Amino acid sequence: MKAFSLNDVSNSKQEKRRMEKQELPDKIAFNVIQGRVDAEDEGVDEGLEGQPGVTELVQKALENGLNPKSIVLEGLTKAMDEVGEKFEKGEYLIPDMLASAECVGVAMDILTPHLLKAGVESKGKFVIATVAGDLHDIGKNIVAIMLKGAGYEIIDLGADVPSERIIEAVKEHQAEFLGLSALLTTTMRVMGDVIEKLKDEGMRDKVKVFIGGAPTSPEFASQIGANAHCADAFQAIDMLKTMAV
Amino acid sequence: MENQVNESFREGVLVKPYERLNQEQIQQLNSASLQILADPGVWCYNERAANLFKVHGASVSEESEKYGTFWRINFPSGLITEAVAQAPSRIVMGARNPQNRLVLDTQVPRVYFGSGSEANVWIETQMREFMSIEEPQLKRQIPSFEEVRGNSTLLCRAAKLCERLEHLDFFIRPLNIQDPDVTSDNHDVNKFFASLNNTTKHVQAGLTSLNRLGDVVRMAEIIAGGPEALRANPIISFIACVFKSPLQMVDETVEKVFGIVDAGLPVVISSSPQGGSSAPIQEAGMVAQINAEILVGITLTQLIKPGSPVLYGSVPVRARLDDLHDLYGCPEFNQYNIDCVQMARFYDVPCYSSAGVGDAKIPGMQAIYEKLFTHLYVALSGAQYIHYAFGLLDRTNSFCPLQAVLDNEQIGKIKHCLREPKVDGFTVDDALKMVKKVMASPYRLYARYARKAMHSGDISDPYRFEAKGLEDKVLENAMAYMNQLEAEPAPRLDQKTVDRIFDEIPGLLPGLRQFAKLGS
Repeated sequence: MKAFSLNDVSNSKQEKRRMEKQELPDKIAFNVIQGRVDAEDEGVDEGLEGQPGVTELVQKALENGLNPKSIVLEGLTKAMDEVGEKFEKGEYLIPDMLASAECVGVAMDILTPHLLKAGVESKGKFVIATVAGDLHDIGKNIVAIMLKGAGYEIIDLGADVPSERIIEAVKEHQAEFLGLSALLTTTMRVMGDVIEKLKDEGMRDKVKVFIGGAPTSPEFASQIGANAHCADAFQAIDMLKTMAV
Repeated sequence: MENQVNESFREGVLVKPYERLNQEQIQQLNSASLQILADPGVWCYNERAANLFKVHGASVSEESEKYGTFWRINFPSGLITEAVAQAPSRIVMGARNPQNRLVLDTQVPRVYFGSGSEANVWIETQMREFMSIEEPQLKRQIPSFEEVRGNSTLLCRAAKLCERLEHLDFFIRPLNIQDPDVTSDNHDVNKFFASLNNTTKHVQAGLTSLNRLGDVVRMAEIIAGGPEALRANPIISFIACVFKSPLQMVDETVEKVFGIVDAGLPVVISSSPQGGSSAPIQEAGMVAQINAEILVGITLTQLIKPGSPVLYGSVPVRARLDDLHDLYGCPEFNQYNIDCVQMARFYDVPCYSSAGVGDAKIPGMQAIYEKLFTHLYVALSGAQYIHYAFGLLDRTNSFCPLQAVLDNEQIGKIKHCLREPKVDGFTVDDALKMVKKVMASPYRLYARYARKAMHSGDISDPYRFEAKGLEDKVLENAMAYMNQLEAEPAPRLDQKTVDRIFDEIPGLLPGLRQFAKLGS
């Protein structure tokens, strides 16, 4: 039998760390697909509750010295690609996409300062709001979660947001994108007011305006001078890809 | 594998039964049925049964009429009550694939749906493209329908399709085989073989000729793995419509009941009076009479052999009052049928009931309306075994595979709708945790907590045949789905079994000699 030495312990620790470094991005990807933000989340498969979720794993990856960019590429992006494929095949539905996107969003909150240090910027700043007079925010929230998961920096102003507050936020953050949501036929026209105010402030050319919500349509978007109408969060992501500022 | 029986059964749906009648009304109907059986009693055209009833205490008097002799039977209530009490409250309906077996238990309102009737007509559907006269670029797929005379090839096709319909729990031959070489003598062996060679679900049919019962049973024994294996896993069972309503026992069918009970296989004692012609149209009268008829049939089975597996087969229908045809998709149909389900439960005998029939002659809105109306209501009553549920059109005169596919989707939704509520300490605790978590999250959105339920099948899917735009593509989409199902292989028996059946059972059509390919 081989003698036991302190050297072995030290080598074994190094080996464990090396193994962890290799395994962590895979674990992060697995947990993004499972939609587990943290250890408390149960995910979809049985028996995962209590095990580290995306939050804990990303923190551990940083502690272990993993490159934040590789965490994004090998953990988060890889997972979202897989989730996207499953969605295309009909194996996954909206709750799956949202759960995974939320995990990516949480991971990005942790990683952003490290990415900025490494000179990696977000895909763009996106101010999003449900317009004044309208309290409906489910659709807006879904878009916000999905866009954050897709790598955009989201400035979410909430629901029933006065037009002036929206203009201020776009100005303050120098946002490249603005998303406006309304569910009511009576509040959708406020979107037009916001666009008029952007023009008045001389900001219209600096920001791409996306609109969405049940009563809206591509025709309405065109009528009020928005850049695009998005039927859902997926269309928003596709539109953004084709509309880099 | 086929003779290996385990304790697995089809799930069906366990419901909390809707009860239309209260206990007092059930007692009143029971009493009314027993009074009918005491006086006027029944007109029995089978001497053997008359003698059996007499031996067990019934008052029997031979009478003559212009069509011949019959025996007027007046039953003491004790005879009926004691005999019916011997009928088993739990019956296993076997299947080639043991996982497709059904357990019918009066103490467990588990509902199964299956096909039914023996329609002469098969309705074939073809999608045809039509172009708008005003706007030639505007095209639509419109179905056209053709009536085809039922035959053994089409029965094979029906069985094969029904094998693939996930919500169809048992197969009653829905089509009459009218091939030129099919006679009343070889009708039974061919219809049972065509069914058994194309589905692994339970197979049930009426018997055309008692002469071939032995061959049908032998065929089932070969498939099940021997006489004992067949009784342990009865892959076939029979329907016997013992009564010609009102209250007349048919000689030939009664004789078949003797044969089936002796063979030790399950039998449905079915009666189908028509309210307004062969039974009162009023609810109390209809149910009292059909109940009386079925009780006598069940009594017969138990006097032949106590403990014989028997189903309470209630198929009460109402007359259309404009032409005296059956009227199925109407409120009275539901009322009659639900009452009968409750009566069967009162006697502790599993219930064979009916739903999914209408006057519509083609798939479409009328068919869906008529079918949904009864599919849902009768299932809600907790009938263990609901036949007629798939593919029937023009009352029970046509079988349309496209309609069967549409019915499958509808029945799936009904099964889902009637599932037991999942409310207990665990689910409430989960809900409370979920509310706390969501309220502490930035977006207060429950969507991700739907995932587990969604992937486990707890959450229903949208209607399978929906269209996305301002159009109705139900039939077009259902056709595409049916074609996909029909492209799947049939679950044929192996060559050795098929060869043995053809060697031992005379009268089988050579065209039916098909077997599973090696390795499939």
